[in-house]
Order: sequence, then structure tokens, then C-alpha cells
Amino acid sequence: MNLFSRHKNTVVLAAVLLAQLLALAVQVKRQTAGGPVRVIRLVAVYTLTPFERLLIYTGEGARALWSGYIDLRGVRRENERLKAEAGQMRLERAREQEDARQARRIQALLGFKEQWIDTTVAAQVIGTSGTETSRLLDLDKGAKDGIKVDMPVITPDGVAGKILAVFGDHLSQVLLINDPTSGVGATLVNSRLQGIVKGTPTGEVALNYIMGDESVQPGEALVTSGGDRVFPRGLPLGSVASVSMGRNLFFNIKVKPAVDLDRLEEVLVITAQKQREPDTAGLGPIRASDILSQHLPGVPQTAAQTPGAPAQPGTQTPGTQTPSVAVTPKAPQNSSATHAAAPNASQATRPAQVAKPLPVKPAAEGTRPQ
Amino acid sequence: MRAANLSYTSREQVEVYRFSWPVSVGLPLLMVGLQSFMPVRLPFLRVFDFGLLLTIFFAVSRRSQVSGMLTGAAIGLLQDCLTHTPFGVFGIAKTLVGYGASSIGIKIDVENPGSRFLLTFVFYAVHLAAFMAIERWLMGQPVHFNLGHEAGAAVANSVMAVFLFALLNRFKIRE
Repeated sequence: MNLFSRHKNTVVLAAVLLAQLLALAVQVKRQTAGGPVRVIRLVAVYTLTPFERLLIYTGEGARALWSGYIDLRGVRRENERLKAEAGQMRLERAREQEDARQARRIQALLGFKEQWIDTTVAAQVIGTSGTETSRLLDLDKGAKDGIKVDMPVITPDGVAGKILAVFGDHLSQVLLINDPTSGVGATLVNSRLQGIVKGTPTGEVALNYIMGDESVQPGEALVTSGGDRVFPRGLPLGSVASVSMGRNLFFNIKVKPAVDLDRLEEVLVITAQKQREPDTAGLGPIRASDILSQHLPGVPQTAAQTPGAPAQPGTQTPGTQTPSVAVTPKAPQNSSATHAAAPNASQATRPAQVAKPLPVKPAAEGTRPQ
Repeated sequence: MRAANLSYTSREQVEVYRFSWPVSVGLPLLMVGLQSFMPVRLPFLRVFDFGLLLTIFFAVSRRSQVSGMLTGAAIGLLQDCLTHTPFGVFGIAKTLVGYGASSIGIKIDVENPGSRFLLTFVFYAVHLAAFMAIERWLMGQPVHFNLGHEAGAAVANSVMAVFLFALLNRFKIRE
């Protein structure tokens, strides 16, 4: 009896596992210093490179012996040429740094736009991934309804996720914000700190990349920052549930999502967003200090400080005005405050097939320029 | 003197069963479909892995290692289709479970509720270990292990297995 027939079952097991491992290795990409690389390529490279290294090192050793001890002619001349080249490059670097600074200023000016939710499509949740490791939802709307990949998915309470895939005319898949592979740019409403909201393997939501020396209080509301270019600014994300010191100088911040992600039955997909420049017609010349004062957090107005009607933005004198929207630095401590921060977003999320164009600007209005 | 191979099964318990094609194909589709749909209304049902339970049931009933591992691979790959992880994560884990469960099915009594409970508990752990190993070592993803949650899920799946296997016994056909 040969070896195969004696160990037939084990051989078949090995073959089935090997086939799946190969298939998995073809699909999976590992992050390396040079970018993502397929695992099968890594395995092949790590298997083959020792032999190649041996050959290369042997050849290089022989060459080094020649060039390091025998062929030293012309080294001083080359050294002088390189020094001159380095001086030239220092000059170029200084010029490019100045260009970069200018580019950043222009970028900041161009990026100063308001985002509006233009149309939304109501969709029914018809399924999940069925596993605890993959937080996905299936929707009954697809390409025929205008759904495309990366469109934001919201509810009247806040952000739920984004479209991960569109499978057909009436089927699409949502990646929820509590999936470990998701990521949403977020801003803390009070402190204006920015981080990334990600899911954890246990299905919780965490705010990442907030430095440990900052001040973050439990209960503080979180809204989308718009920095991810997927979600409009100012949509409610949730509130800080707990704060603890983590590794690498960053806080471990757990977030209580604004949306109950385990009980989603209907959602809205934002199928169109519009951006427009701030309406400055009729305001006359605007000074930089006026723009800054509108977007920096100010002291909440008290009755004593508001003898008359609030002045128009751009016509106030610097130092006396307050933000023109409902976002005040101290106020929002719960989800209702979050709604106050994005009243129009809440209107936009009414389950209408196609909602009217609605502005999503309050959080942006309450922020300092990004 | 050569020792005889001993197993803790009676003559009746080593009976090999088969299943009709509609059951072999339709049951996994139905159960995985239910597992996908039910958490929309009842989120706590996400803790059950019906694919795993079916893999164990088919493996211990057919008592064939090749059949067990192929069934596990098919059900696992079907589950992979519903996730956004690469194909093969659940496939590999359930292939191992199918092979292991069919191997054990030959050796011990798998017909009484106690052994079914234990069998499911053990293979839930095997499945979890294989899944975490793939996630950690092959995919390079961070793995979080919550002992309380996983132990609770293992018990819940084991209890479910006792009732589900009793129900599924109706579909068995004695060879």
C-alpha cells in the first residue's frame, strides 16, 4: 500500500487547506514599509530571497574588494562634485518649502466651502453578514436607485456607515462604523480636537489619535469632521463614553454611537452632496479677523451681553461677536445637544424618498478653519 | 500480541448516515441565510454560528473525514461570501472543524445530548482558535479575545446544538 492511500484523508485535508491558504494569500495584502503587498508575494519572496542574497553578497564581496582597495582613483574629484551638488540642493529645498507653505495657504482658502446634503434615498435593511467579526448590512436599494460605493449612510440620529459595495440594481452593502476596517473623520464638539472614529473587533466604537495631554471629558459630543471626504461635516457620530490612557501617548476613547447600530431597520443613503462657497455678497470687504472670529469658539452670550439683536456676520467689530449658530463651546453634552449642532442634518434624514437640498453646516460654522 | 483498536461506540452508534441532495445543499443555504437575516430583528442571535453547528452535525453523521472537511469548506466559503473579509477565513476554520468532528465521530458516541454539548463546545473553541490564528498571522489584523463573551457564545452554541441536532436527526437516512 503506498503512502497516499495509507494517509488519504490527511492528504486530502492538507490539499483542501493548502488550496484555501493559497487562495487567501492571493487576496490578502500585508502592510509593509513600501506599501501593501500580497501575502503570496511576501511568502514567495521570503522563500526565494535567502538564495538570492547569498549569490548577491558573494558577488558584492568580490566587487567591494576590487573597488574598496584597488579602484580608488577619482574619489576626491567626485567628493568635490557632490559637495557642490548638495549646496545647490539646499537652495532648491528652501525654495520648495516656501512653495509648500504657499500651497497650504491656498488649499486652506479653497477648502473653505460649505457642504450640503442634496438628496437622500431611504433604504430597508434586509440582512447582515451573520457574523460578529464583520459588521455589514445589506440594503434593498442599489445601482438603479443611484447608490454608489462610498456614499454615506445615516439615520435621523446620526451616522451609521458608508456603502461598501453595490451588487446590483436593488442590492448594496453597508460597512458600519463599528467595523474594525471602517474609519470616519471626527471632531469633538467642545474641544475641537480631531481624530478618527473606528470600530473595534468587539463591535465597539473608539476615537483614535487624540494625544494624551489633551483634555477630553466623558459625554462630549462627536460630529463628523468632513476630513475623510465621505461624510459631510457636522453629522452626529456619538458621544464620549469613557477616556483612559492608552499606549503610544494616545488616549483610549470609547464612543457611544449616536445610532443604535444593532437595531437598524431603515437608513438613508446620501446620494448627492453639494458644496458651495460662503455667501459673502452684500457683506462688503471682509477682514481676516472677522472670518476667524466667526469660526473660533467664543464665550456663550449672556443676557447682559446681548442688549440688542445679534449683529450680522462680517459687520461686527472683532472681539464683540459670538458664533452665529447654535454650537457653543460648553453646551453640547448629550445627543440632544448634538442635534442642536446639526439641526438641518436631522431634517435631511426624514424618511423621504428624495429629500430637499439641506445644509449641513452648523459644526463647520462653529469650528475654526481646518 | 497486537492490540485491537478500541472505540467508545456501540454497534448502533457507528451507523453511518447520509442525506438527500436537497438537504445537503438546501439546509446550509437556509441556515446561513437565516443567520444573515435574523440579527436584523434580533441582534443577540448574532452569537450563534449555524454554519459551525451544521458542519459538526454533517461531519459526525456521515463519519467520513473527506466528506466532513469538504462540507466544512463549502459552508465556510459560503459564510465568507457574506462578509467583507477575504475568501478562505471561515473556509479554513470550518474545514478543520469538519475534519476533526468526523474523526471524533468515528471514535465516540455522538448521539447523546451530553456528548453533543461537549463536542460543540470543543469545536467552537477550535474554530475560534483557527479563526484568530488566520486573522493574526496571515492577515496581520489585531485580535481581541474576550474570554467571558467567547465562553458564553460557546455555551449558547452548545445548547443550541443539542436541540438543533435532535431536530436535524429527522433528515438522516441510514446507509
